[in-house]
Amino acid sequence: MMTTQALPSALAAIVDDFQALSEPERLQLLLEFSEGLPELPERLTNHPELLEQVVECQSPLFLTIETEKDGSTGSATAFRLFFKAPAEAPTTRGFAGVLHEGLDGLSAEEILSVPDDMPELLGLTRAITPLRMRGMTAMLGRIKRKVAAASGVRA
Amino acid sequence: MPYPVEQNEKFAAYAHPERLVSTEWLAAALESGAVANGELVVVESDEDVLLYETGHIPGAVKIDWHTDLNDDVTRDYVDGEAFAELAASKGISRDSTVVIYGDKSNWWAAYALWVFTLFGHQDVRLLDGGRDKWVAEGRDLTKDKPAPAPGNYPVVERDDAPIRAFKDDVLAHLGKPLIDVRSAEEYTGQRTHMPAYPEEGALRGGHIPTAASVPWARAAAENGTFRSREDLDAIYLGEAGLTAGDDVVAYCRIGERSSHTWFALKFLLGFESVRNYDGSWTEWGNAVRVPIVKGAERGSFPVAVGV
Repeated sequence: MMTTQALPSALAAIVDDFQALSEPERLQLLLEFSEGLPELPERLTNHPELLEQVVECQSPLFLTIETEKDGSTGSATAFRLFFKAPAEAPTTRGFAGVLHEGLDGLSAEEILSVPDDMPELLGLTRAITPLRMRGMTAMLGRIKRKVAAASGVRA
Repeated sequence: MPYPVEQNEKFAAYAHPERLVSTEWLAAALESGAVANGELVVVESDEDVLLYETGHIPGAVKIDWHTDLNDDVTRDYVDGEAFAELAASKGISRDSTVVIYGDKSNWWAAYALWVFTLFGHQDVRLLDGGRDKWVAEGRDLTKDKPAPAPGNYPVVERDDAPIRAFKDDVLAHLGKPLIDVRSAEEYTGQRTHMPAYPEEGALRGGHIPTAASVPWARAAAENGTFRSREDLDAIYLGEAGLTAGDDVVAYCRIGERSSHTWFALKFLLGFESVRNYDGSWTEWGNAVRVPIVKGAERGSFPVAVGV
């Protein structure tokens, strides 16, 4: 069993929350994350071409990242994450919500340190089916690849 | 007690009009209190395990295809005892009228209806157009979960044979009509899974020899309702070449899309013998010593070996 030690603190806290719950409660928590997923800012809603679709998800899920740069050195300091998923796909939205709350605003090193199989730690595989879990794994993989490409750090 | 059947012109053309209800009819039944007093049990069955929780038809209970109907240890459906327990907990009795609806043009609702039929539940109907049509029409939704009085459901042994085909049944069936309801790309073998869905590990792409390709969605109109009898006749009897009285097997990737086609063939067109091969391509595509055909042609049976 993986531990949450290697995870960034916000993500580790989310994983701990899921693990402390029974299966039905975990689904309820995932629903809350789906409701809490922030809307896209206007500059992105007007430019859907800036978002990439994660085709492994069973419902349409689009995401992108933006880099926040240090004013004096110009180097990337933090990455902002943006997701779009329809309201009729709450499971997919819930996964996006977990990744947003757990990873938004972190550095490349922190995001890239997240193990690829982190979604398994949420304890949802039985209730949600392995197929869906792969959708979330693909979402995480896509974020890591984009962050690696934008920061020049190897994933 | 069975609840009265809906009468309308569209449904009357189908072989079993009693198997469908419209959104208008269901709204009127809700209004009359039939759901609140348990005369009618409404069940939501979605692909997305959380969709019901975001809002559902008032009084509807949820049955999840994966957690409620499957037994993942035996890769089978639940047994009579588990089904009786599930049904009772949802307020369903053996003689209840059950209306099922769901997302994605009722794929999973049709799948749940098929499982209810494995247990011989008599009066189980689909909401024509499913969840999407209900929502599109701006009808009532609620997040309140009902707490129905427990139903009275006996332990009934599942009777698979009439409507379920296993791999060996399909091998024995070769030469008789098969309907492949997957996408054209899956049928030809270009891909082994649905566009935008993850790879599920079928080793070979293609179709079962002689199967006709009729993607499931052909049976549905843009608003998710079933096409008219006339349209369905043109598709399945005309294009696919089925003849009244045929013994038919339908399959897809895991048996959910083909439940939708099974419903159309069995209850709308009135084919007596229609079976859903739920092992479908995830089994057939990987099985040892079973033949496949690649490409757009149906292929023939017996299959020429070693050429």
